[in-house]
Amino acid sequence: MNTLFDKIWEAHIVKRIDASTSVLYIDRQYIHEVTSPQAFASLKERGISVFRPKQITASPDHNIPTQNQHLPIQEPQSAKQVAELEKNCAENGIEIFPIGSERNGIIHVIGPQTGLTQPGMTIVCGDSHTSTHGAMGCVAFGIGTSEVEMVLASQSLLQTKPMTMRINVEGKLGKGVCSKDIILYIISKMGTGGGTGYFIEFAGSAIRSLSMEARMTICNMSIEMGARGGMIAPDQTTFDYLKDREFAPKGEEWDKAVKRWSKLRSEPNAVFDKEVTFNAANIKPMITYGTNPGMGMAINGKIPSSRGLDTAAKISYKKALEYMDFKSGDNMIGKPIDYVFVGSCTNGRIEDLRAFANFVKGHKKAENVTAWIVPGSKEVERLAIEEGLRDILEEAGFELRQPGCSACLAMNEDKIPAGKYCVATSNRNFEGRQGPNSRTLLAGPLVAAAAAITGVITDPRDFL
Amino acid sequence: MIQKFTTLTATAVPLPIENIDTDQIIPARFLKSTSRSGFGDNLFYDWRYDEKGKLKEEFVMNKSEFRGPILVAGKNFGCGSSREHAAWAISGAGFRAVISSHFADIFRNNALNNHLLPVTVSEEMLAKIFQAIKENPRTEIRIDLFDMFVEISGTGHRENFKIPPHNRECMINGYDDVDYLVTLRDQIASYEQNKIDD
Repeated sequence: MNTLFDKIWEAHIVKRIDASTSVLYIDRQYIHEVTSPQAFASLKERGISVFRPKQITASPDHNIPTQNQHLPIQEPQSAKQVAELEKNCAENGIEIFPIGSERNGIIHVIGPQTGLTQPGMTIVCGDSHTSTHGAMGCVAFGIGTSEVEMVLASQSLLQTKPMTMRINVEGKLGKGVCSKDIILYIISKMGTGGGTGYFIEFAGSAIRSLSMEARMTICNMSIEMGARGGMIAPDQTTFDYLKDREFAPKGEEWDKAVKRWSKLRSEPNAVFDKEVTFNAANIKPMITYGTNPGMGMAINGKIPSSRGLDTAAKISYKKALEYMDFKSGDNMIGKPIDYVFVGSCTNGRIEDLRAFANFVKGHKKAENVTAWIVPGSKEVERLAIEEGLRDILEEAGFELRQPGCSACLAMNEDKIPAGKYCVATSNRNFEGRQGPNSRTLLAGPLVAAAAAITGVITDPRDFL
Repeated sequence: MIQKFTTLTATAVPLPIENIDTDQIIPARFLKSTSRSGFGDNLFYDWRYDEKGKLKEEFVMNKSEFRGPILVAGKNFGCGSSREHAAWAISGAGFRAVISSHFADIFRNNALNNHLLPVTVSEEMLAKIFQAIKENPRTEIRIDLFDMFVEISGTGHRENFKIPPHNRECMINGYDDVDYLVTLRDQIASYEQNKIDD
């Protein structure tokens, strides 16, 4: 008890049902076009109204095109889902940020960016990467559509309380190592199921030193080790990021809020169900070689062997390498790639675009590479243009597209063709995630940039 | 319509692969429906069908000897996205329970909310179930939600499993959380009031 997580969780309990289950109050729900229509339809069938429409915000993001957003959506089923979202919001008095409008974007990018996401809140969305908001000191987690419906109906959820885990990353990060490398490193050590049943607090000097956006990348991927969510205690970095944002408290209210938020931290005597510590100095630029985010390695290493794994794990390991057409013992450096995707709720924020653009500045995109640079929101796109990043990108042979989830899950037209390799700054390298039989190599924006200009997997530190 | 779950004795379909993610269960390109039905045909689509949409004979669901309403899968089943479509697809294909040694959290909740029973067993028990089905695909597995155990029929191998009492009650009686939560609206409103007053 006395952890940051416990404090927020306990403060949101409306009613305890039994030893493990409580009715948990939800401060804010985000919705998008793919996981909400069935919830609205079912609510309508039951004749139930939306209980707290003002605490819900919608943004279409999953299946929207990233080009020509001023035109109607071509794909009929996507168009229908987006139209349905707009209709459901209009009928129920829910605010929506429509395609092309200045506040539209990936829901996990615009929540923090607009100041809707604030420390101490409970936040849900029908999307597993809702954990992103935990970087602001929230209890934020992904839910299914039935649960979306529950929150629409009651602004609450029946939940079993997860266990708590603290992951400390201590020390100084090496040159060319970014927050994506930290989280890929942690997942490679913990495994894709290592966090199941837990809510994780990330702490330690290396985490504290990160910018707000870099922290979001870490919390975003906590789901990739199976955790219910990830969070970081709010501090001055959080407050500086949030101040003056559109929906953040203002004036006297702001001062009161900061005072309240400053108490949101784990007490020195806090007890976690599990605690793990990593040394930041051991982390190198990372890349994945397999078909789950736990199959990550230092970029300059060799693909590990299946030695030491049990029989069941060996079968899955072999299947993954066959899918990727890699062999254990292979170097990753020098392997040719076909596509680069920069974007998503993991690494589609302005700092990611800055990192990528500054890296490729003065170089040219490799001829064998097709690159999709997709801002996480309309605001990120605006800043990229205003700061001259788009000019840098175009000069180097890249094109800045329009915001959306894009090739992260390939629900729109942005699909990686079968058999092709894509270095992606997104969050999942599952079989077929970026299109049937596509092969995904997860990495941070610097590794993506190095691959984009050389056409092969390259250690970004060679350029720094 | 909510299906009640009490006991089930039936044959099972084995899928001894670990970390089966929701993109394998139902690829994102099939998530464009705005209804809850019709996902069963696309369950494990890229494993079941080739690029031309032809059945892949080697995949377990396409083999005639493996049939039944129980899916048995390797550990960390349902990891990845929160898409409830994964639970809809499994239910839609006729499954009523999934047995694994480890479920991803969101998938487990989604399954429970659709009255698809996730049964967590030990690694040893899971290996025994796989072995028994391998030896005889007609092996029946008994799942008893009243007494919370799973048994390989005819072998005596039996193990208890856990499920939160609330979820168990909902499964057995066919209750639904939405209706329940709506009855709490007054209590939720007073919680909101107290929170503001704090």
